[in-house]
Amino acid sequence: MPVEILMPALSPTMEEGTLSKWLKNEGDKVASGDVIAEIETDKATMEVEAVDEGTIGKLLIAAGTEGVKVNTPIAVLLQDGEGAGDIASAKTEAPKPASAEAPAPAAAPVAAQPKAEVPSDPAIPAGTEMVTITVREALRDAMAEEMRADDDVFVMGEEVAEYQGAYKITQGLLQEFGPRRVVDTPITEHGFAGVGVGAAMTGLRPIVEFMTFNFAMQAIDQIINSAAKTLYMSGGQMGAPIVFRGPSGAAARVAAQHSQCYAAWYSHIPGLKVVMPYTAADAKGLLKAAIRDPNPVIFLENEILYGQSFEVPKLDDFVLPIGKARIHRVGKDATIVSFGIGMTYAVKAAAELEAQGIDVEVIDLRTIRPMDLPTVIESVKKTGRLVTVEEGYPQSSVGTEIATRVMQQAFDYLDAPILTIAGKDVPMPYAANLEKLALPNVAEVVDAVKAVCYK
Amino acid sequence: MAPRKTASVSSRKAAAKPAKKDFTGGTIAEFSKDDELKAYREMLLIRRFEEKAGQLYGMGFIGGFCHLYIGQEAVVVGMQLALKEGDQVITGYRDHGHMLACGMSARGVMAELTGRRGGLSKGKGGSMHMFSKEKHFYGGHGIVGAQVSLGTGLAFANRYRGNDNVSLAYFGDGAANQGQVYESFNMAALWKLPVIYIVENNRYAMGTSVSRASAQTDFSQRGASFGIPGYQVDGMDVRAVKAAADEAVEYCRCGKGPIILEMLTYRYRGHSMSDPAKYRSKDEVQKMRSEHDPIEQVKARMVEKGWASEDELKQIDKEVRDIVADSADFAQSDPEPDVSELYTDILL
Repeated sequence: MPVEILMPALSPTMEEGTLSKWLKNEGDKVASGDVIAEIETDKATMEVEAVDEGTIGKLLIAAGTEGVKVNTPIAVLLQDGEGAGDIASAKTEAPKPASAEAPAPAAAPVAAQPKAEVPSDPAIPAGTEMVTITVREALRDAMAEEMRADDDVFVMGEEVAEYQGAYKITQGLLQEFGPRRVVDTPITEHGFAGVGVGAAMTGLRPIVEFMTFNFAMQAIDQIINSAAKTLYMSGGQMGAPIVFRGPSGAAARVAAQHSQCYAAWYSHIPGLKVVMPYTAADAKGLLKAAIRDPNPVIFLENEILYGQSFEVPKLDDFVLPIGKARIHRVGKDATIVSFGIGMTYAVKAAAELEAQGIDVEVIDLRTIRPMDLPTVIESVKKTGRLVTVEEGYPQSSVGTEIATRVMQQAFDYLDAPILTIAGKDVPMPYAANLEKLALPNVAEVVDAVKAVCYK
Repeated sequence: MAPRKTASVSSRKAAAKPAKKDFTGGTIAEFSKDDELKAYREMLLIRRFEEKAGQLYGMGFIGGFCHLYIGQEAVVVGMQLALKEGDQVITGYRDHGHMLACGMSARGVMAELTGRRGGLSKGKGGSMHMFSKEKHFYGGHGIVGAQVSLGTGLAFANRYRGNDNVSLAYFGDGAANQGQVYESFNMAALWKLPVIYIVENNRYAMGTSVSRASAQTDFSQRGASFGIPGYQVDGMDVRAVKAAADEAVEYCRCGKGPIILEMLTYRYRGHSMSDPAKYRSKDEVQKMRSEHDPIEQVKARMVEKGWASEDELKQIDKEVRDIVADSADFAQSDPEPDVSELYTDILL
């Protein structure tokens, strides 16, 4: 029976990709392990190897096709003795990726997110053109613009230059700015974080990319003890104008050591600013602000959000204030406060609740430290009810911090206890069903809002 | 044990790819009368300052940790003689000597030790955390080994800016076993960064002797696997330090990459003020003091050559004591920081 070759998932977060090139033609014989095609994922261009022997009967997807969903049949492989007439009876078999990276499960673990309605920030002039770009492009544009404007800005990290970024965030920067300013480092988080802080202490403005913030645990001493505390310890003489950025939080099926949110961790530290954007516009405007900030800024991104598109105002210099929350959706019955990927649950829950007659205000915190509590409290004064949503662990979470402060500063306005939705209090499991359970979900948020509304 | 000298160093010459053929770390710089007087005065200032700090600690004016540099003065004074404007210095927590040698004020350092508003960090840093942008002194770091990565970053900045300054990253034999030291060595060698790694081997990492903590006790060879040349230097002889410094600085300044100088030195006092130093014998300390003291060596040479009389040396001693006494008076009378300082200098 002929075998269908399916579009493989070649990264943990890949949902679709571009079939950039066929390396075999119809009629070619292939052996197991032969490279049959090149696929461009959200992270890299990857080779696809054949699993079975046979003859390419038909190429179902033309080279150059974009947006090919994972698990779409892309070719039919004929076995010995089979001919063109057998193609219709093909059965499914997924090829394996050429890289050592574990493939994601067949079913895309994260559903495509609806495009968010992002209200324009007040500073944007009426009539400004909005362009739809991904968070990934927004981050790259932010770095490129700041590097053009200031020679003291440079980016360093693992695979940022020649590889074009492990997650393609630094794509094209080496070509534009050269190896002096786009610096590939060895796999040496502790060391290169220290090198970055040392350079920053002289007044340079490094952007240190961590391939993921999980690896920054190796460097956390330099981030906290050197970057965050020097200004204070020197009596204001010198600090570290540096940005530490990279993906934080769960991606998809990468298990315990690669799946945790660092928002609460770094938000504990005086001397740091902690930013965690959700939309592409915030990613761009806040990263530009972070690079210009004279303080060390932890800029927490999310791998799943990298590929999502949002509208970004087309302005020469779009900078947003660090420390300001954004009202993502205006409502009157209850307030949801979230940030980063947590916003995806909040936004969907708000839509579901609207259908049930509950009008929710959604606040995107955007900056975790310094925290824009006034915006939260103003909303709570209006709604009297508050639910927080985040993916991080529940104990000492950002949500518990918000709950404490709102309880202390706006107790009289609360009509119900504050509920905090967070990841479960477990290391991230690998199994798909358990991983799903470990993360927050929309139903939990919906239930929590109904609970605080006593409905 | 006396510090090893050329005999033990020369055998490593070939393997270590020396900067120059005669660079062995055993070279003794020719010191003029002025050089000797300058070195004497600088070392004496550190010695007297540290003695006074020890006193003030005992009187309760200085709190927390206080690590004295007594015995190691020739290292930083000799190195400093080879630097030019803009060269940077960074070190660990045994940092008072480095700050004085960099030209930071005795009053500022002492008042920081007592936690007063006139201290170099407004009283908010303490013994281990002082900085001076003006003197290119980047601390003052309490996390053992962190200054090695940071110092490599200073060198990175020099290369990035295209200037010819060098960075001096001091650390001890204890810090030499930290992982980030080798991460830094790798990057510095890879990128040919102008950094001089100075291992102040004073033989004890707190209470652990070098031989109990280090598989390779020749710290000058710790960069060998990265191709970083390294030399052992008699860190008790300021002329040997100066000679090594001159060559190392020249090597770095012309873009050849990092270099390691292991300074064979000795601290007379305990690790910190609270260390009874029971891990070594009194005889060992006494022998170093009587046979290798860096200040006495200079003094003896000057007297022998007739460059300074006992009276002239006494006069220098008095001037130094006056500076130290003034700093101590200031450090005791200067007010504590205003309480409003609690919340300043956290973010810009």
